[in-house]
Amino acid sequence: MARHSIVEEAAVPVAAGGAGIGAGGFDSGGGGRGPDGPRGAVPQRTYMTGLTMGMAAILMFFMALVSAFIVRQGLSSDWRAFPLPPILWVNTAILLASSFTIEASRRKLAHGDRQGFRHWWFTTTALGLLFVAGQLVAWRQLVHAGVYLASNPSSSFFYVLTAAHGIHLVGGIVALIAIAYWNWDHARVARSTATQMAAVYWHFLDGLWIFLFLLLKLGQ
Amino acid sequence: MVFREPERGSGLAAAVFSLFLVALVVTTVYIFAAHIWPMPPAITHVGHWIDQQYRLTLWVTGIIFVLAQLTLAWMVFRYRDRGQKARFVRGSHVLEIVWTTATLVLFTTLGAMAVRAWAQVHFISPVPGALQVDVMAEQFTWNFRYPGPDGKFAPTAPIYYSDANGNPFGIDPSSKDTDDIVSPILVVPVGQEVVLHLESKDVIHDFYVRELRIKQDIVPGMNIPIHFTPLKIGEYHIMCAQLCGLGHNRMHSMMRVVSESDFQKWLKQQEAENQQ
Amino acid sequence: MSAQPHSVTHHAEAPKSFIRRYVFSTDHKVIGIQYLLLALAAVTIGMVLSWLFRAHLAWPHLIIPGFGGLMRPEQYLALVTMHGTIMVFFVLTVAPQSGFGNYFLPIQIGADDMAFPTLNMLSFWITLVAFLVLVAAFFTPGGAPINGWTSYPTLSAVGSVSGPGQGMGETLWVVSIALFCLASLLTALNFISTTIEMRAPGMSLMRMPLTVWGWFVTAVLGLLAFGVLLAAGILLLLDRLAMTSFFVPAGLVFNDTQPPLMHAGGSPLLWEHLFWFFGHPEVYIAILPAMGITSHILSNFSRKPIFGYKAMAYSLCAIGFLSFTVWGHHMFVSGMSPYSALAFSFLTLIIGVPSAIKTFNWLGTLWGGKIQFTTPMLFAIGFVSLFVTGGLSGLFLAQPAIDLPLHDTYFVIAHFHIVMAVAAIFGIFGGLYYWFPKMFGRRMNETLGKTHFWLTFIGAYLIFMPMHWMGIMGALRRYASPGGLGFVARMDPIDIFITVAAFVTGAAQLLFYFNFFWSIRHGEKVEENPWHATTLEWSVPSPPPHGNFVAAPHVYRGPYEYSVPGYTEDYLPQHLTPEQVAQSAEAGT
Repeated sequence: MARHSIVEEAAVPVAAGGAGIGAGGFDSGGGGRGPDGPRGAVPQRTYMTGLTMGMAAILMFFMALVSAFIVRQGLSSDWRAFPLPPILWVNTAILLASSFTIEASRRKLAHGDRQGFRHWWFTTTALGLLFVAGQLVAWRQLVHAGVYLASNPSSSFFYVLTAAHGIHLVGGIVALIAIAYWNWDHARVARSTATQMAAVYWHFLDGLWIFLFLLLKLGQ
Repeated sequence: MVFREPERGSGLAAAVFSLFLVALVVTTVYIFAAHIWPMPPAITHVGHWIDQQYRLTLWVTGIIFVLAQLTLAWMVFRYRDRGQKARFVRGSHVLEIVWTTATLVLFTTLGAMAVRAWAQVHFISPVPGALQVDVMAEQFTWNFRYPGPDGKFAPTAPIYYSDANGNPFGIDPSSKDTDDIVSPILVVPVGQEVVLHLESKDVIHDFYVRELRIKQDIVPGMNIPIHFTPLKIGEYHIMCAQLCGLGHNRMHSMMRVVSESDFQKWLKQQEAENQQ
Repeated sequence: MSAQPHSVTHHAEAPKSFIRRYVFSTDHKVIGIQYLLLALAAVTIGMVLSWLFRAHLAWPHLIIPGFGGLMRPEQYLALVTMHGTIMVFFVLTVAPQSGFGNYFLPIQIGADDMAFPTLNMLSFWITLVAFLVLVAAFFTPGGAPINGWTSYPTLSAVGSVSGPGQGMGETLWVVSIALFCLASLLTALNFISTTIEMRAPGMSLMRMPLTVWGWFVTAVLGLLAFGVLLAAGILLLLDRLAMTSFFVPAGLVFNDTQPPLMHAGGSPLLWEHLFWFFGHPEVYIAILPAMGITSHILSNFSRKPIFGYKAMAYSLCAIGFLSFTVWGHHMFVSGMSPYSALAFSFLTLIIGVPSAIKTFNWLGTLWGGKIQFTTPMLFAIGFVSLFVTGGLSGLFLAQPAIDLPLHDTYFVIAHFHIVMAVAAIFGIFGGLYYWFPKMFGRRMNETLGKTHFWLTFIGAYLIFMPMHWMGIMGALRRYASPGGLGFVARMDPIDIFITVAAFVTGAAQLLFYFNFFWSIRHGEKVEENPWHATTLEWSVPSPPPHGNFVAAPHVYRGPYEYSVPGYTEDYLPQHLTPEQVAQSAEAGT
């Protein structure tokens, strides 16, 4: 398979995450790859499977924090709500928008529009950076309002959850930038796979943020 | 089918293995059956219930232990390589179903029978009028507080904690209730129900008296009640069973179970000391 | 990319430079051996620590060099804490899963490497750093932490005010564990992706060796469990360093004269729940690969198919699933709801069912076999005996009422050492003796191996059986000395007996060290398939070349086809084509 033309890349079947566990048997790939060997011996969907597993692990990490949040809140009477900085609404809107721009970017790529792909890809990256900056502004505002990490369990969880999410999002931004500047002629991962993975991860973090935001909003 | 010579020494290995397993079984059964290293006798009804369940479990696991190890010993000896041909068997659905069902029924029945003793400890409320004692655990001592003649505990707060001033419970010095009795040992009357309210001022400790068959973590920030009715006069060790720091092994006290009259006498004596 | 078998495109040459080839290697076999060596170093340290505290228990007046006089209680507790942490994380998690799993999972499923080799290398180096950070705790001013491997707050959450070693030492402990979690998550992700996506044509799930099932289920457990411990560790670190109050309640007073700490409202129970939600799957992470290895070896040396292959695979999955529902049995006396204790009790008893199924099937595998007492086989049979013994004491502890007297006594020590620690170590030893010829092209000395087995097997029982009765009599764990308790002091003879047994058993491991390192260079050279085994690792040269397979493997049958009627040999390898089988059958008649 010639994987270097953009049009061909788009034709690589989109594998659902975690596909194939029940299938087994003859549809499993195998064999024939050294670290610098010919690319493509690893089925491209392996990368999606890996990402899916990674997201499952990240989800368990956050679920542990969320259950700690719920238990800790119900546990004692010292929980004090504090007003969330309104800028979080703006940040949420930015992150939501970035999910659309990354999809727009992938559509351009599928149609072979390299210029359009880059345009929307950088827009997404910028929106991601804007979100992180917005989160930092929210932290600054809280600090000015005298709400610190150790002020109250509610603020402790706020900082922990936003920081943990922010670190994962920064990871996503690094991936976006890396994909934009990667030299695809020698990469083992097809560009369509890479962009798909980045997009899925991005949507995952987007959804995760909305969940966390609702938790922080309603759980106060 | 190509036959190979049997492995050299397989007869010896099989025999040694089987004999070791037999020796293991015999020694283990002997130590349990001859009560060489037994639990100390229980001094509560609940303790006897727990012991009963323990003995039942010992029988069940003992029989499985003997059967399983001896079967293994027999298999190892009987099927050692003597140049024979191995039987080609992939398994048996019937056997799988039989032993799955059997163990499921056995284990859950055992669990169901254990509920009774657990319920005795935790689901039955103490009788009204039971003796109330506050327990304060700290690195690495125990203190016990009785409400005194007025039957009421004085209010406390962490800021007043001071062992140096003889106030390990942090009784509010401005309180009018000054008759609480604080003791480093636990003294209880025989045959009467006791409720302990367990509290810790620093780390997790654990109240453990072997003869009561009770072990309960004492968690800072929580007040955990336990209750029991001791039936035998005597002195029993109170130990800390949850790692609490470098003095963990020295954190013990005494539970003295005395007659009702001796208990009243002891209370009077403590009150008198309070007056001074 | 379906039906037709891949023709192998040319293999890339193995990297030439020493560093890329043996140090920062991405080859799963090199990484596997790196993990095994790390575990070997860790188990040596862990064992020496246990000697030190056993010596102190037996002879409290013995002056051991390096302790500045008699061993102090905090030194004893530091030894116990580090022994537990090193053994559970860096031996029992690293060796069977990351070590053997890395080396043999790809080969056994017919892949030429892990799905993500670079990530794999990263996992190892993070694990190594985690280990070094942990060991560094010994060299901090307060020494190593003293709160046990479970690190319960508030003892672990308030710094050195709660005891020596609870300052910098405990901080390093948390950091080390957090790093270890990260590495284990990456490993788990890699194992799962590899097993799902990299199997050779014909290697359906129900044709995977049970070792692969063990590693796969273990990886799933790791993926779901280590993230939770990582989260808990971060919260603990914040409590320690940033004065948050996740686990620390209000009004704590240490040292009497100090004012109450500035924490408020947290709960140590929250940590216990998070820790054991990870901690119980963790014990299965230690034992499931050993179960797989035992099944593999038992079938091989009984010259029989494994009895009830599907039951074995499904019971591994059942244990894996149930392991996430039983964590509360560590907390029967913790102060959690006594009603939930009953639920945890039943689930714990039910997890005994798939464990019993495995035992029955192991016995079924031996039944009617042609048992060859090689060293790996001795360890596998030993595993079954130990697993039965240790599993049965679990039936006591699973019942909350009986747990009341036995919790935190030596009975528990006996239980989990036999069923998890020693049994898992037997799985590791079995695997080492079994796969050594594959890894190094030479065999370990059998006489030394068997002597090593007998001393270890008998020694393990002599060390841990008496602890049951100590626990029944009420001896508590983590006691540096009887501390003035007469009934504990009267158990001194038992303590001395155990310590002597521990030293003898430990010394017997020297046989193993010698045998291992000597055999790498001087062991008897063996062919590709010395045990006449059926699975794919025996179809490649010893040691396997970079990329493992000379020709792309194709799998035609299940993993344990021994003594198949009508076939000339008493083993029928997975990769033989039906034509080869037919030819060989003709030639034989």
